[in-house]
Amino acid sequence: MPLADAVSRFVKDGQTVAMEGFTHLIPFAAGHEVVRQARRDLMLVRMTPDIIYDQLIGMGCARGLVFSWGGNPGVGSIHRFRDAIQNEWPRPLAIQEHSHADMAGRYQAGASGLPFSVLRGYVGSDLPKHNDNIRAISCPFTGEKLAATPAINPDVAVIHAQRADRKGNVLLTGIVGIQKEAVLAARSAIVTVEEVVDDLEAPMNACFIPHWVLSAVCEVPGGAHPSYAHGYYGRDNAFCKAWDAISRERDTFLEWMKKHVLGTKTHAEFMRSAGLSVPATMR
Amino acid sequence: MSYTPSEIMTIEAARRLENGTVCFVGIGLPSAAANLARLTHAPDVVLIYESGTIGAKPDVLPLSIGDGELAEHADTVVSVPEIFRYWLQGGRVDVGFLGAAQVDRFGNINTTVIGGDYAKPRVRLPGAGGAPEIASNAKETWIIIKQTKRSFVSRLDFLTSVGHLDGGDSRAKSGARGAGPTAVITDMGVLAPDPVTRELTLVAIHPGITVEEARANTGWDLKVASPLATTAAPTAQELATLRELQEKTAKAHGTSAVSE
Repeated sequence: MPLADAVSRFVKDGQTVAMEGFTHLIPFAAGHEVVRQARRDLMLVRMTPDIIYDQLIGMGCARGLVFSWGGNPGVGSIHRFRDAIQNEWPRPLAIQEHSHADMAGRYQAGASGLPFSVLRGYVGSDLPKHNDNIRAISCPFTGEKLAATPAINPDVAVIHAQRADRKGNVLLTGIVGIQKEAVLAARSAIVTVEEVVDDLEAPMNACFIPHWVLSAVCEVPGGAHPSYAHGYYGRDNAFCKAWDAISRERDTFLEWMKKHVLGTKTHAEFMRSAGLSVPATMR
Repeated sequence: MSYTPSEIMTIEAARRLENGTVCFVGIGLPSAAANLARLTHAPDVVLIYESGTIGAKPDVLPLSIGDGELAEHADTVVSVPEIFRYWLQGGRVDVGFLGAAQVDRFGNINTTVIGGDYAKPRVRLPGAGGAPEIASNAKETWIIIKQTKRSFVSRLDFLTSVGHLDGGDSRAKSGARGAGPTAVITDMGVLAPDPVTRELTLVAIHPGITVEEARANTGWDLKVASPLATTAAPTAQELATLRELQEKTAKAHGTSAVSE
């Protein structure tokens, strides 16, 4: 299915949307399509919101963000995220802030059909004072005090993977992050892939997601750029650094987004317009 | 051989990591020190990154916590829930090795906001990441941070990850597991908690640094151990290994990998 059709069918205004990836396989192309189709009032969920969430927030697509670490990995801050929190630009952003261990557990609970997740977490931390979703629970067997947080069940999960077969089964390799849990926790799921192949040749214990839990599989080569796709291309560190300057001021940010994202129709067109290409190798 | 304050900080931190230790590593300074240990005296140190890489042996320092380099040379790569649930919360980690924006006299850490209040901060930092549970589940914690009045504060703007909480036995009573911060390694020296009050005390100073300088770069009345040890100057081999690693890293990423 073309990516534009998948986003049009499955991502709606006001929904809770998780576009996941742990610095690897970030679904950039899909995020750009959400910007192009001008979705609004999304409750965005992501453990590690980075450049693509910076873009969604800066373009006014989000009413809120559930997260545990927000930054441009290896570079520094994400300025649109900061501007939204510090100055409510372009609109106020309601944040629900967690830790990684907790976010991972919340997705697992969602994927497991459980109402909440439990962990040994947040001891001594100020985070629970600012997040009503972090509560205390006593172990029914020992009485020990533990942290509990509600399951995450996104309306839509969006991920990027290396390969799919013609039936739409998906294979992820390398750092697999939280993607399988995000997909299984969600009501619908869109996967973009580097290529569609006849035979996945998936190893027996691979991170494999069957076609029958997915709503759409879209072939989008380079769809994770400027993050990387292990075995296909490396991270575009130069662009990640350049984003710092592009996004620092509102005007330069808007100009760049209008020209290259709103002004193009596909990921390939976007890459040409912005003068980008995927770095050739994983070392 | 001359060296920079950053270099002796990284080298002194690396020396403390014993061969065979299982170390949960933060990105940036902790990662540089842990890999230097692996390339010098501790070839069998087990490095775990929160991206799910266990037994990582990167050729160059990772720019981000999820670099392919970490996966490529790891013993195994597991999912993010597995790394936190089985390996960290399961009690398999000897040392949690963290960086921070702010640290207080009890080794509590802030990586969330600076100034203003939480809802309207002056500076919004990236946030907690894995640190709250690393700090409360590893058998002990080390912190590596440049010592300045802005980073060594009398009162944190936000307590993200627990150290010795309010000192004394307050950490033990809080339900946190492990010994908490046992060392804070800076560009001026090394601090360790007092056995009773748990207040961070200067226990070693780097060659050429004075106690007055350390005090001037601390936002509380810094206690100093007596006798005060002096850190050994970096050896030629330590410096050469660190510099080679950083050069290879810069070449691979087109930037410095030791982010602040």
